[in-house]
Amino acid sequence: MANVHEIRVCGGTGCHNNKSADLIKALKKAIKAADLGETVKVVETGCFGLCEKGPIVMVCPEETFYSQVAVEDAEELINTHFVKGEFFTKRLYKTIKDDIKRKAFSDTEFYKKQYRIALKNGGAIDPEDIDEYLAVGGYTALEKVLKEMQPADVVDVVTKSGLRGRGGGGFSTGQKWKFAMLAQGDKKYVACNADEGDPGAFMDRSILEGDPHSVVEAMAIAAYAIGADEGYVYVRAEYPTAVKHLQKAIDDAKEYGLLGDDILGTGFNFTLSIRLGAGAFVCGEETALLNSIEGLRGEPRPRPPYPANKGVFGCPTILNNVETYANITTIINDGWEKFAELGTEKSKGTKVFAIGGKINNTGLLEISMGTTLREIIFDICGGIPNGRKFKAAQTGGPSGGCITEKNLDVPIDYDNLIAIGSMMGSGGLIVMDEDNCMVDVARFFMDFIVDESCGKCPTCRIGTKRMLEILEKICDGKGELADIDRLQDIAQTLANGALCALGQSASNPVLSTLANFKDEYLAHIVDKKCPAGVCKNLTDFVIDADKCKACGKCKKACPVEAISGEAKVAHVIDQEKCIKCGTCMSNCPFDAITKK
Amino acid sequence: MSKQDTITNFDAVKEIVATYRDMPGCLMTILQKTQDEYGYLPFEIQDAIAEELGIPTSEVYGVATFYSQFSLVKKGDYLISVCLGTACYVKNSQLILDRLALELGIEIGATTEDYKFTLEPTRCLGCCGLAPVMTINDDVYGGIVPNDIPDILAKY
Repeated sequence: MANVHEIRVCGGTGCHNNKSADLIKALKKAIKAADLGETVKVVETGCFGLCEKGPIVMVCPEETFYSQVAVEDAEELINTHFVKGEFFTKRLYKTIKDDIKRKAFSDTEFYKKQYRIALKNGGAIDPEDIDEYLAVGGYTALEKVLKEMQPADVVDVVTKSGLRGRGGGGFSTGQKWKFAMLAQGDKKYVACNADEGDPGAFMDRSILEGDPHSVVEAMAIAAYAIGADEGYVYVRAEYPTAVKHLQKAIDDAKEYGLLGDDILGTGFNFTLSIRLGAGAFVCGEETALLNSIEGLRGEPRPRPPYPANKGVFGCPTILNNVETYANITTIINDGWEKFAELGTEKSKGTKVFAIGGKINNTGLLEISMGTTLREIIFDICGGIPNGRKFKAAQTGGPSGGCITEKNLDVPIDYDNLIAIGSMMGSGGLIVMDEDNCMVDVARFFMDFIVDESCGKCPTCRIGTKRMLEILEKICDGKGELADIDRLQDIAQTLANGALCALGQSASNPVLSTLANFKDEYLAHIVDKKCPAGVCKNLTDFVIDADKCKACGKCKKACPVEAISGEAKVAHVIDQEKCIKCGTCMSNCPFDAITKK
Repeated sequence: MSKQDTITNFDAVKEIVATYRDMPGCLMTILQKTQDEYGYLPFEIQDAIAEELGIPTSEVYGVATFYSQFSLVKKGDYLISVCLGTACYVKNSQLILDRLALELGIEIGATTEDYKFTLEPTRCLGCCGLAPVMTINDDVYGGIVPNDIPDILAKY
């Protein structure tokens, strides 16, 4: 038999929505037609991370990396690569900077600077096949823990590794486990927060989709460490593939004796089940999540008592997020020393970021703590598209802040990000260019928070609403200078008086845009202008009569018939009718339409 | 699809409650399964769940109205969800949403009179590489501009 090749096709949500499932069918059909069924097999894997260039296809063992492979390419790819034995150059991944077609996966600028722990199996194994997970060393960490280590040793190793919560808070994972281990109680729980709510962050989904066993295994380890026998994974219902893969992983692990009673013959019992979230951002807050697991409204509880003492159904509970758990098996298998070598003094290991917005390589990447934003944005992710200028990057989602050019060289870790007015958050990273209005972005995040505030404490319920009203007023061109003071005043009250982190951090995007882009606020308030041309009431679309060739394209494209003009006569936009959608501008072949 | 009618057959509710009532913290799961069955959770359904579980309807209502996944009103045959996650928003997904509202002649969040389309903003569909993105039931449309909307709607 000839060499066996494996074609790995990404089945993550990004690629799936780019028709990767149809591509897999087409590849299988082409393989059959070429009579290669014996030597080439197709595997659907989890996310490779390079979502922008999906669907992603990698031919192994040589790691030939194809991107944006369309269903129609399947036959040609199979014939060229396997029958003729040549590269299918049309779809070989091409770097952005030097336009060189890279042949190997590990040779691309996107992967070179990454260090993968939490994402190690993404794109490498079939997530629905427990045997593939076992083949790459799966469940050896659990076996080691159960057979060779005492619970206190496990807690000690995790503590020494320096691992901090990847969900945003950055609390020491080992400490958390220690509190729960020491807590008194006959019944204890472990819980996993997979209710990824930051809009634009999708690393937890990707891990559950691409490597669900790593989370199942880590939760069993955590259960052993604190003395729990039951666990819950709280997943967003909006993540159907993640739920499906996780459920399969749980069922298979049970069948293999890796969950359930007397695991690996050690007498340790652990059962795991899934609870579906129902769309509430506040459930990312730990005590709100506990309420939601109990089937109640997801409102936060006052702390203390902390979950380590009084969590699910009143029992001691540890709650970690998906990415945190995804680090555990590596720490156990490779030792805490190796993990602690990575990163900065107070932030060890790696961090996964979901990068999106105005960036060439939208996707998922994992970097060693201490990497700079400049490296992430410009080296790994290829910079800003269309030659536009970088303006700001938002980390920490609606609870975080924006980072500007002057801080691009700050090494990223928990403490540095707070020092520059943002936060790590769960790892959402949104890049904005000069076409984005920072006042509008602040309004967008506040609108999100108002929508998601649970309403339990009036500080948050009323405070965020008042802030939104002020921001809307400013975006509408009705702002006054005193509004800036009002925003800062309410922000202070929220930070001091809100019950949970959602409210306490709700004003961060406003404060951070005010600190970095005060001139934009002033332009809206004093000059009644939106410099980026986003705020509709402060922006007019106008046609330059000298440049207009009266081709009629804008007139035809306008959805509200706001443009008039005859043949050979420069067209005019009726500002009363115009809804500021920008369709005319994007349809003008002569760049005659501008925002004023 | 016809208008929102009053539901009178609660057999499915009874079956769902019977299946899950012994699970700790079962209310959310029951609401999810019931909504899967009926499509939405009108008052009469909430009453029926409360009665079966022996808890006040207010408790059911409290949970049903807390989470955005639950709908108290019937939705259209086609659910149009426009992603307003941050990555899509900075790539002008609001303009997509506005154009849909204009073409359909409804407010954002509303359903057309014939119950054909419901238009909703949604928070992050998790495929930011396709931004701005929207879905119509299971169909995904990525990298769209407002002017694509009329042609897309014409397919339904």
